[in-house]
Order: sequence, then C-alpha cells, then structure tokens
Amino acid sequence: MSIKPYLRLAGLEPLVMRPETNFVNVGERTNVTGSKKFARLIRDNQYEEALSVARQQVENGAQILDVNMDDALLEGVKAMTTFLNLLQAEPDIAKIPIMIDSSKFEIIEAGLKCVQGKCIVNSISMKEGEAKFIEQAFTCLSYGASVIVMAFDEKGQADTKQRKVEICHRAYKILTERVGFDPQDIIFDPNIFAVATGIEEHNNYAVDFIEATREIKQLMPLTKVSGGVSNVSFSFRGNDHVREAIHSVFLYYAIQAGMDMGIVNAGQLVVYDEIEPSLRKLCEDVLLNRNNDNNEATEALINFAETVKAKGKEIVKDEKWRNEPVEKRIAHSLVNGITDYVELDTEEARQKYPKPLDVIEGPLMDGMNIVGDLFGSGKMFLPQVVKSARVMKKAVAVLTPFIEAEKEERKQAHLAAGTTNEEAAGAAKILLATVKGDVHDIGKNIVGVVLGCNGYDIIDLGVMVSADKILETAIKENVDIIGLSGLITPSLDEMVHIAHEMKRRNINLPLMIGGATTSRMHTAVKIAPEYDHGVVHVLDASRSVTVAGSLLSKEQKGDFLGGISNEYQKLREDFASKRSVKSFLPLAQAQANKVFLDWNSFTPVSPSFTGTRSFNNYSLDEIANYIDWQPFFIAWELHGRFPQILSDEKVGVEATKLYNDAKELLQKIVSEKWLTARGVIGFWPANSNGKDTVTLQDNNEVVDLEFLRQQIKKAAGQPNISLADFIAPQETGKQDNIGAFAVSIHGIDEHIKRFESQHDDYNKIMLQALADRLAEAFAELLHHKTRTEFWGYAKDENITNEDMIKETYQGIRPAPGYPACPDHTEKYKLFHLLNATKEAGIELTESLAMFPASSVCGWYFAHPDSKYFGVGKITRDQLEDYATRKEMPLENAERWLRPILD
Amino acid sequence: MDIRKQLEQRILIIDGAMGTMIQRHKLREGDYRGERFKDWHTDVQGNNDLLSITQPGIITGIHKEYLEAGADIIETNTFSSTTIAQADYDMQSIAYELNIASAKCAKEAADEYTAKDPLKPRYVAGAIGPLNKTLSLSPDVNNPGYRAVTFDEVAEAYTEQIKGLVDGGVDILLIETIFDTLNAKAAIYAAKKFFRDNKLTELPIMISGTITDASGRTLSGQTLEAFYNSVRHARPLSIGLNCALGATQMRPHIEELSQIAECYTSAYPNAGLPNAFGEYDEQPHETGHIIEEWAKEGFVNIVGGCCGTTPDHIKHIADYVKKFKPRQLPVLEEVL
Repeated sequence: MSIKPYLRLAGLEPLVMRPETNFVNVGERTNVTGSKKFARLIRDNQYEEALSVARQQVENGAQILDVNMDDALLEGVKAMTTFLNLLQAEPDIAKIPIMIDSSKFEIIEAGLKCVQGKCIVNSISMKEGEAKFIEQAFTCLSYGASVIVMAFDEKGQADTKQRKVEICHRAYKILTERVGFDPQDIIFDPNIFAVATGIEEHNNYAVDFIEATREIKQLMPLTKVSGGVSNVSFSFRGNDHVREAIHSVFLYYAIQAGMDMGIVNAGQLVVYDEIEPSLRKLCEDVLLNRNNDNNEATEALINFAETVKAKGKEIVKDEKWRNEPVEKRIAHSLVNGITDYVELDTEEARQKYPKPLDVIEGPLMDGMNIVGDLFGSGKMFLPQVVKSARVMKKAVAVLTPFIEAEKEERKQAHLAAGTTNEEAAGAAKILLATVKGDVHDIGKNIVGVVLGCNGYDIIDLGVMVSADKILETAIKENVDIIGLSGLITPSLDEMVHIAHEMKRRNINLPLMIGGATTSRMHTAVKIAPEYDHGVVHVLDASRSVTVAGSLLSKEQKGDFLGGISNEYQKLREDFASKRSVKSFLPLAQAQANKVFLDWNSFTPVSPSFTGTRSFNNYSLDEIANYIDWQPFFIAWELHGRFPQILSDEKVGVEATKLYNDAKELLQKIVSEKWLTARGVIGFWPANSNGKDTVTLQDNNEVVDLEFLRQQIKKAAGQPNISLADFIAPQETGKQDNIGAFAVSIHGIDEHIKRFESQHDDYNKIMLQALADRLAEAFAELLHHKTRTEFWGYAKDENITNEDMIKETYQGIRPAPGYPACPDHTEKYKLFHLLNATKEAGIELTESLAMFPASSVCGWYFAHPDSKYFGVGKITRDQLEDYATRKEMPLENAERWLRPILD
Repeated sequence: MDIRKQLEQRILIIDGAMGTMIQRHKLREGDYRGERFKDWHTDVQGNNDLLSITQPGIITGIHKEYLEAGADIIETNTFSSTTIAQADYDMQSIAYELNIASAKCAKEAADEYTAKDPLKPRYVAGAIGPLNKTLSLSPDVNNPGYRAVTFDEVAEAYTEQIKGLVDGGVDILLIETIFDTLNAKAAIYAAKKFFRDNKLTELPIMISGTITDASGRTLSGQTLEAFYNSVRHARPLSIGLNCALGATQMRPHIEELSQIAECYTSAYPNAGLPNAFGEYDEQPHETGHIIEEWAKEGFVNIVGGCCGTTPDHIKHIADYVKKFKPRQLPVLEEVL
C-alpha cells in the first residue's frame, strides 16, 4: 500500500486535493473587507444572519470557507472567536474546512484555537523579515494548519513574475528545511493585482501571475497556488457582468497554468464558454495583455462595459376522454402514462372512498394490475411501464399525508384505550445499490421502478455505496432482498467482497446481482461460492420481478434457490473444464506472434498539433447528429436494429413513441442548454518497443503506455494481438503518433433532481440514457474530426452516419478498461496526459469509474490495419511482466486484472 | 529499546481497563483518602487517579496483572490527572504530583517485567484523557457559541500533565478517548511546545480517537478521515480508536483507518456494548476472536482493550494475534 502526498484538509469532513481535483472554490462572502452586508451583520452583532451568509456560500458550492474580520470598527479577535464558535455548531457549514484570513496574526491564532478541523491560514509572509515568518510558521504548524504564503518580502509585494517565483521559492526552503512543513501543506498566493487601471505598468499583472504560477508548480510540484480572484477586475467595480466575465477568463488561463484554488464568490461564476464571444475576446486581450500597447485593449473593454440581457420561455398542452367514472380515468392515466390529471382524479377518488388506503388498494392497484398483465404478456414495454410508475408515484404522493394522519389517529386511539397497535406488516422491502467505486445507475433505477410497480417497497441507496452502508441499512431497515448493480469491471470484485461480508456477518438475505458487467457465469463462479443464502444473477429489469417473487414466496423459495444452485454448480463445472481445454502461449511466444505490419511502406501522418486541445461547451446540436440510437433502445430493453425497430411488428409502435419522446427531450436539452459537453483531445509522438509498450513524448515528459497481449493459442497464421502492434516500433526509425480523448456531459444533476421531486422516473431515466448517448456521440464527433482534421490522417474520408456507427472508418479509439486494453489503471496516464479532470471535468473514482457517469475516454490509433479485438484471458507470466513494467505491486496488478486472469 | 523496532516485528499489546479492575477492589471513601487526604474537604471516592498516591500498591498490582497477561504497553492511571478534571474534587493543586506518582507505579511494574524477559521490553504510555469540558461544543443549548473552557486553559492543563508524565519517566504519550478533536489538538500543541521549550527530544505520541456511534463520527461531528487529517501534524507513532464501541462495531472504522494512516494503527475497543445494567459482558475469547480477525486482515499494529476488558481479555487477545504479522507501514510517495 502507498499513500500520496496530497494536501489533506478537514472540516467535519475531509477535503483531499488530488491532482484530478478540480479547481477548489474558496467562499469569500464571509469577509468583512469584501462584503458590506457581512460587515454590517457582524458590526450589529447579528451573528445568526451572518451564519446564513456562510451557509449560502456552502450551498453555492464553496469547498472551503474564508473568514475575515479585519475591520477597524471591530474587535477582530473577539469577532473571529464568536463567529467560528457559532459556526462549529452548524454541521452543514462546519463540514467544509475553514480558511482563517487576517493581516493580524493574533486574529489568526485566535481563529486556530476555535476549529477542530485542519484549517488554512491566510496568510503569512516575509514582509517583516525571516525571524517573524519562521515564528509564525511554527505557530501554524503546531495547530496543524496549512499556510498560504504571500509573495511578499522585506522589499515589498512581488509584482513581476521573477520576484514572485523567487520569494515563493525562498519561503519554500525555509518552511520545509527549517520549520518542518510538508511541501503539500504550503500554498502560495503570488498576488493577483488589478489590470485595466489605465496605468501601463499594470497591464501585465495578470500575465505575471499566470506565468509565475506555472513556474512555481514546476519548481515545487507538491505545493498549491491560490489567489484572491476579484482583485483582478477591481477597475470594473459596479459592473458585475463584466467582472464575472473577467474572473472566468482569468481563471480559465490561471487554472491551466496550475492554480489550484481561489477566493471567489462561488455563486457568481459564469462558464467560460457562455461568455458572449465578443466580451470574452476583450477580456482575453486585457488579461493576456494583447493588442494593448497603448491601452487599446483596456479602452475597448471599458467601452464595451455596458451591455446586459436576460431571456425566458414557456410551453403548453391539451386533452379529452374525461367523462368516464373516476376509476376508469385513473386506469386510463396509468396505462397511458398520463400525469396531467392524476392528482385531481386521486383526490376525487379519496373523497369517494371510505379510506385513502382504499384508493390505493382499489382503483390504483386495479390500474397497475392491468399494466402488469400487459407487460407480462409483452403488450407493454419498459418505457411505458416506467411512465405508469410515474403516474402511480404521483397518486400515492397525494394520498400519503392522509394515510399518515389516519395511522396517527389510530395510534392515538390505541394509546387512549390502552390497546396494542398492530399495523399490517407492509410490503416486502428490497434494497438496491450501485456498489462502491461505481457511478452508473440507469439499470438500477429501471429495476427499482419495475419492482416498485409490482408493489415492493424499494430502498435505493444510490451510487458508490460501501459494503458497510449496504449491509447496515439492510439490517436496520429489515429488508427482504439485497440487489447490487455495477457497470464497470472493478465492481465485480466489490460484489464478491459484499457477498463475503454478508457471510462474515451471518446475514441470510437473498442477494440479486445485476448490471452490464455482471454475468451468470461470473455470479456462479465468483460470487455465489462466497455466500450460502442465495445469490441470483438477474439478466434484466423485467426478469427482476419474477426473481423477486420467487425469492419472497415461502413455497417457491426453496425450489427456486435449489434450481439456481444446481445451475450454478453446472456452470462452475463447465467453467473449470473449459479452462483446462483452452491453451495459452507463453508471453514471449505470443509476442513473437504479434501483428506484423509493413512499416517500410508506412508513412506516419503528423497531427496538426501536439499536446492537448480542449472543447468547452461544445454545441450539443452538432453532437446530436452523431447519436447512435441502437444502444438507447437496448437500455430500454427494446431489442432490434435501429431504425427498423421503429416499424417492427411487435414493438414498433412503442419504439416509435419512445423515440419521439426522446427526440422531444433531446430538443429541449439542446435548445434550453440543460447539459454541457466538455472534452479534450491530445496527440503525441510515440513509438512502440516492438513488444507491448508504447512510449510517448509529452513536452519534456516521457510516458510509457503499457498494453496487454492476447495469449490464447490461435489458429495457424492468426496473430496474438496487442494494441502496441499498431504503433511503429522504435527500430523502424519512423516517428509514429498516438492520440487520446476524454469527453463528458455535465449538468444532469439538477434536472434529475427535478424529475425525482416530480416522481417522474420516466424522464429521469430518459435523460440519463440521452446523456450517455450524447457522451458517446461527442466521442464519435471528435474522432471524426480527428481523422479528417486534427490528426488528419484520413482527410478525404467521406462516410455516412451509418458507416460511422458500423465503424468502417480508418483507425480506432479503444478505451482503457474495455476488451482491447482491459486494465483500467492506464486511465490515470490518459487523464494525466489530457489533464482530463480539469479540461473535461471528469473525476475518477477509486474503482476508476468516470464521474459524471456520461463520460467516455480512450486512445486514438491511426494505422489503417488497427482494429478492435479482445485481449481475452492471460496467464501468470504476462501478469508478472505487466506488473514489473508498470512498477505496480503484483497483488495490485492481480486485483485490477482479475477479470482476465485465467 | 526503540518501540519502532518492536512494531516492525510484531503486533504489540496494550493493556485493558483500569477502572474495571479498580472496581474489583470495592474501595470506600476512606480507602481513596488514605492517610494524607483523610481530612480533605470534598468527597473523593471515584477519583481513581488519586489511588496512585493513596493506594499505589493496588495500582502497581493491576499493572502487573496486565503485564503478566502479555501487555507490551501499559497505560498510566492518569486519565483525569489534569487541573481541569481534578477540579471536580477541588484537587487541581496536586495534578502534577498525580502524574508523577502514576508514572512511577507503571514504570516500576514495567521495569520489573522487562528485567524478567529483556527480549520482550515493556513500555509505559502516559495516558492523556479527553477532559470533562470540551472546546468544540457548548454545554448550553441556548447559546451554541458559548464554551466552558478556552483553548489556552486546556493547553495549560495538558502542559502540566505532560510535564508530570515526562518527569515521572513515561516512554510514550498517549492522547486517548478523543471525542473532541480540538481538545486533542490542544494536547498536541501542548506536547510539541513542551518539548521544544525545554529542548527535550520528543517522546513518541500515540493518538486514539473515539467514534461514538454508528454514524461513524466523533462526538464533535468529524468523520474518521477528517479526524485523521486534523491530527496528523502531530506525526504520531500511531493513530487508532478506543472506547465507546465494541470490537464488532469498531471493525469498519479500523479497516478504514488502516487504509489511510501513514503511521502505525492501534485499536482497543470496549468489551462489547454495555448491557441494560451498564456492565460489559463480552467474554475474553469473544473479544479475542474479533480482534484476531483484524490481525489476520492486516489492519492493526497495536491492540488491547478499553472499558470492561480485563487481564483475561488481554491474555486472549495476545494469544490470538501472536501468529499474525503486523500491518505494514504504507509507502509514502513523494510525487503526485
């Protein structure tokens, strides 16, 4: 095991700054020097309200809270102490780390005495000489705080790049060598000063900061860089529109240079790409000091500074069939998935029936039974059932308060009469969770809806749920079945772990396994042997109903599990026997049987640029043209080829409806800008070593990409392929290239939440499915442009969308973790090379799933003979070789490669 | 001998409950007072730390029972030996003396056992308890900003305790049963400052927090990782958990800690959760087997017991974990 030198802060909860951590926002409104409102509240002793300012900052996304009480009219020590003590009693604020901000060290120390978490001190510097600096640093260290060091020395505040770097480096040496600071606990503030002041010497201030940041991060890579962003736009105070644009543009460049965190108003940051292009250009000129020899850029921006606008929108609808009795109307709404009248109708039924529960057990369940019958007989399809569930949920939401009130009434009556209250036991409970490290949950949500429709009580713990939480909840909530879901391969191990834990904790609930990466075989061979009380693989949502039904029926359970257990036993035997039949080549022989390409006649095409290029807020409209619809229908369990499926005899009508709904939602997503597409691509000169390693050159850094090779014994003449075979070997003397990409669709959360609050699972799942499609489409689009333009190795490519889906073009884009390169951990290199977390906003979980879930990444190979394949199983010699190449402990390599180990 | 050498080779055993063992002696007010405090103006029954002065034979005897059971580390009887905690008995003035006396009781017992078997050296850990007043929580629900004590007062009280423990000859400082991280930070602050001001070589510091319930948080609201991040500047010898939970409930937390800690890990849980009478009835072999599994999984370097555990518990734990290798220290990487 190893531990990385990350900056590790804490409030009530930890904040770890990893290389892939996005820019960290430090909330600035709890600062009396920057916020008039906050200053007034503190002066008037209105601490309650002052706390709400802090809470707003957290709600708006501040990850650290800057607190400053430097005001001539305030007793700083007292104000700081009072405010921080009060703040500690507010867990929703105190969860994030505190940055104690003052120019007076006594106020800083007073603050440090109030906070249990690991704080940041803002700031100390050498302005009063080394001795004082060292003394203050010692004090900070003994409270366990990280420090911000201002680029300030005896001579004054540093304004040029060179001075900034010099002072920071001098402070670094003192702190690490003489005080005993860990480098990662040091944060530099190389001074952000106002530009566009009209004074020519100020014009280069932003550039000085950005370039100093770049050099500081190169010289002292473990340290962090921070700054007070709003200073830069000081000349435009009063004009928030322009200021926000300046801040965004400034951050865009400073973050690229390595700025890690900044003091900003978290609620007021515009997205770089959403700034109107003309304004953006003006901001860039001013900040980067371009076209500005005689203050032209400055003047242009000042002239511009008077334009603001807003916009709005609306939609309408209509309907009939409303003259039938209320029961029929409810059934109609359920079967047709119409939500418009269900609340009205449910309320009418509630007044008609003696008890609210009668409405559920009467017309609602009658309607759902019709839905269930139609679904069971294949006359309704999943998308419709999900719509029905949405109607049902809305109806139940109307009734719930009345049912609760009745329950309470009965309870009180029992209490008064001194009798015992025996409420009916209620529906069977099923717990669902996507396992730790995995973020994918479309399938799990569908299963939840379908089971919910069938009368089960669903406890959905969401995504990335630890074994401990799953099992503790299972016991606490007294559930009847546990269902686990996962999409990426490391989730398989986590499921094995959970089964193992269930046994260790003597749990005896049946376990259902589902999700794209799971299989009957894996369940039989790896999971079922860990646990004795029933493990069942469930192929899809519609089957989850019968499985749950069998598991919960006293009569059927024994036979059902007995049958499964026999079936799995047989699968295990098959697996064992098949395994011995397959034969493998030793790695050296497999390498000797690689793909031999004719490198002599091959002329590598140089990409139009090397390094990376990012795409922020790419046009969704354009991306949508690249959507491959077939997987979309598969997600909804409608199987068949697209577009033929639309006219399919059996599912055609429903497929068409689904398609229309999808198009409609997609239209909304695009026109109302619900989602944002972010991506980054890169190209680098590269060669292979003739075996399984591809070495690429990124600026001054040399990166080895490690690939795996097929080892199964092939028919004569068939090669044992590795992706490395598609890159020219060093010995050919030809410089080849490799590329990479990462794309992601952002912004889904708020819409998901909205649909959830409206009990609208249909649109929730639809949106998730569309976001996935858009991410794939974006990848397809960039690959297209890469072939024809960015790399340009197939400039005259002219193919249709169908061809593209059929992948008839030249070159491939395989993803780490998928069959051609099944090791997920190579994603670290890919992310590093592309700076994908910053550039595309994608985080990697501990299982190397990408978050947001709608993300795609991969390598680009250009060779005309490159093709997709599966590595298949490998043997121990390759595992050992691979671990050595990756300098990874064998056991780690084994864990990551377990799915492909023979 | 340097305790780090021992920690590299095997899982070390820390002793069990002091209070539980004192209860067995069924001491009365008079026993607590002894000769010296026979006319003291407040009741002192229950001031267990005082027994190191008035009944040193009993305390030394308990230490020896734990050493006999196989403990490598014994804790001084100083859980409440601070001016702040002793104020309950109006005995602030003897806080320093209590620490010296307790350290001597433990040292005498430990030295005797080290002499018997020099290959198994025994260590004395000076116990620094959490105080009855906390820095992050207000005792007044209507005034959440109020604090019953200040950081400086806490640091001063701990400084005096640390001076007593060091003067009494302890080998390690053990800041334990931390339910408010800020109190622990004051203790760390005091210890670092004490060694620096007196130009002494720092003694190793063990830190042991308390997760109070199933929420997985300390009483003051921190998650385990946040707690660890907040005290790691102490560069402790070990970080661990004790009290409040039985071994069963402690397991997921010690597992998590073993993943994130750069230093050695320790765990000394209670003998299960208390029953309806507030007694601990988990049997020695039960506690032993749960902890055995932690050792097998490689979660721990130091194990033992807290409330309700006895020399018999410690003997079982020691026997069961003997066959397992200690947790390996993680590699500390130097690049991101």
